[in-house]
Amino acid sequence: MTADASHGVDTPPELVQLLTPEGERVEHPDYDIELTEEEVRSLYRDLVLVRRIDLEAVALQRQGELGLWASLLGQEAAQIGSGRALTDADMVFPTYREHGVAWCRDVDPVKLLGLFRGVSNGGWDPAEHNFHLYTIVIGSQTLHAVGYAMGLQRDGAEAATMVYFGDGATSQGDVNEAFIWASVTNAPVVFFCQNNQWAISEPLERQSRIPLYKRASGFGFPGVRVDGNDVLACLAVTRQALRNAREGQGPTLIEAFTYRMGAHTTSDDPSRYRLADELEAWKLKDPIERVKAYLFKNRLADQEFFEKVDAEADALGKDVRGRCLTLPDPPPEAIFQNVYAGPHALIDEEREQFLTYLAGFER
Amino acid sequence: MLREFKLPDVGEGLTEAEIVKWHVAAGDAVKINQTIVEIETAKAVVELPCPFEGTVASLMVSEGQTVEVGSPIIAVATGDADDLPSTGGLAEDLVPPPPGDQPEGGKRQPVLVGYGVRASATRRRPRKAAETGSPVAPAGSRSAAVTAAPASFAAPAATASGSATVPVRGGTVGVLAKPPVRKLAKDLGIDLASVEGSGPHGSITRADVEAAVAAPAPRAGAVRGREERVPVRGVRRATAQAMVASAFTAPHVTEWLQIDVTETMEAVRRLRQLPEFADVKVSPLLLVAKALLTAVRRHPMANATWTDDEIVVKHYVNLGIAAATDRGLIVPNVKDADAMSLPELARALAELTERARAGKCGPADLTGGTVTITNVGVFGVDAGTPILNPGEVAILAFGQIRDMPWVVDGQLAVRKVTTLALSFDHRVVDGELGSRVLRDVGDMLEDPLRMLAWS
Repeated sequence: MTADASHGVDTPPELVQLLTPEGERVEHPDYDIELTEEEVRSLYRDLVLVRRIDLEAVALQRQGELGLWASLLGQEAAQIGSGRALTDADMVFPTYREHGVAWCRDVDPVKLLGLFRGVSNGGWDPAEHNFHLYTIVIGSQTLHAVGYAMGLQRDGAEAATMVYFGDGATSQGDVNEAFIWASVTNAPVVFFCQNNQWAISEPLERQSRIPLYKRASGFGFPGVRVDGNDVLACLAVTRQALRNAREGQGPTLIEAFTYRMGAHTTSDDPSRYRLADELEAWKLKDPIERVKAYLFKNRLADQEFFEKVDAEADALGKDVRGRCLTLPDPPPEAIFQNVYAGPHALIDEEREQFLTYLAGFER
Repeated sequence: MLREFKLPDVGEGLTEAEIVKWHVAAGDAVKINQTIVEIETAKAVVELPCPFEGTVASLMVSEGQTVEVGSPIIAVATGDADDLPSTGGLAEDLVPPPPGDQPEGGKRQPVLVGYGVRASATRRRPRKAAETGSPVAPAGSRSAAVTAAPASFAAPAATASGSATVPVRGGTVGVLAKPPVRKLAKDLGIDLASVEGSGPHGSITRADVEAAVAAPAPRAGAVRGREERVPVRGVRRATAQAMVASAFTAPHVTEWLQIDVTETMEAVRRLRQLPEFADVKVSPLLLVAKALLTAVRRHPMANATWTDDEIVVKHYVNLGIAAATDRGLIVPNVKDADAMSLPELARALAELTERARAGKCGPADLTGGTVTITNVGVFGVDAGTPILNPGEVAILAFGQIRDMPWVVDGQLAVRKVTTLALSFDHRVVDGELGSRVLRDVGDMLEDPLRMLAWS
């Protein structure tokens, strides 16, 4: 690991990049990645599909079918790159925007929509996917992740934990406490910070006077900044960080330098606090376009392939829409289901009372 | 079949939105998720994607109209019978289904927060009678209503011998139409009296109303009358409130001054040639702004706020520029304009007007102003009596610049002349001070070198 803890605050930030915005493959002395053509194509496919799911969800919200949606537009590479670095045994703690990571963990996208449609309080079994429930509170999941990682450490498991959070969360006490616990216990955890430049309307310069990844050195573990719009670099850097964690070398902070191209959520209007030319500048660094350019220029994929992926994306969008609109409402007694893992006398009694009460009405 | 899309709550807890711009018209083919309309809520301007595929049957609200969440805004004729799941936009759900007929997957009703609740959930089912198995139907249940209905229907139908026209309350002549059809007609601006009914007893059906929309020629006059009522909202309402508050609390005095700005125009021409101004617009307004900034530095009391108990004199100038935009009058201000060099000020003014025109001024741009310029000259008038921006004690109107006969050194000459008008709050600024400020601005614009001397 060369993104060492000795980074001074006075050195200019370094960015790990393996694929330029123009689709040129570049070398990095510390990180490299060997991928088959097929693997690069499948990364491209994942990027396109999750963007399509996201677009469909935004549209559904605009049509009154979801209460809210937090778009991942622009952050696809950070999520797919890091998500594809995970093994099945690794555990993930997401925020509410990790739709791309959920995709990598085989969580049905419609289950994500159920949460935002209000027919579910979670949506999936975290143990089944090793993907924890979406966390709405900012930064609290970093502590959960470190606790889980300490558990893995005590079990002697060959697995790591990865926790996602944003640039805004780095200002939270929880995140800083998590850094301390992870550092002093040498916990097998990777802190994956998607720095999308905006904590709702607060720009990064109001979160930190130094590049975020350099904070890690103060806590005593390595930090690295990766081009968050470069799926290859995100995959390479995360793979190495997870491997180090599994091998007992402790935590890493990865700062994926990216951009939230949409609104914070559908209730937000970014044009009120940021200039359109900033978005235009980031559009040139689009995470999907660069992979497409790379595949095309190097003749790793032809027009037929791109059309096939687009058609698959449209079919997926339609499928997600159709299944979202027919999501059933949960039965009223569902609120009693997940209070305790096992049977509980008081809960059973309350459920009985509630059902008797409901039965007292005509249908 | 015909599907209606109801205005959703696109934020969290919004109750209404204004239709800004339609992207489609009746007869257009639309696809799912195609942008059909831009709406402006209290939070944002938002584009709405279409939830249906088909042909636009009608736009049910017009641009500029404010619509409540849950009101239908567009009707789309879809080719299929029903292969899409319900999205809460079906025309039929305007008619409440009889109790007990509600299917499990009932239609959603939009609410303040979230995506809406099922219609059935908002209605309370009756408790079962305490004595189990009671077969007596309560009054008003379905069976009672069914027997009553034909009697009341038959009477008017018989007397009017099948005509849709029946006498109604108030002596006016009404027509037979169900309430949702009346609502539709009202929303579409259709006068039901002008519609031929094809339903039972000559009643007007939804299809009749839609047919009337499709044949617009005969009713063109009915919609566009001799008067028009424009709803007051948004920037219009804010402007009205601010102007009334200002005009009736601050005693306004306005003074006028006509000046020769030939030298200012020459200075503008020469500034434009300097490399410092190569990439930015230099206009006479820039020098007027600089002159006003210089004048209020010499007379700080003109850059102040009256608070009833005290006068707050500002030692900074946030220079407001009144701007006419598509959305109405707004007065964004350049923060700390007095601390800027001339090129900085030029850039700040250009950026501010650009943002204002693009509708991108945030609350920070619009609050905290200390003194204002209104450039009415751009509209081709000589000046006016400006009304103070609330919280400020002076505002300068700057009229058009035009060639006028002018006496120079005892000779008549053609010079560039403009008119300045300064309104001030007499609670803070007396005639003497107001005159000095206006005279200073005038002197500097007649001889721009004075700006150097007084800066």
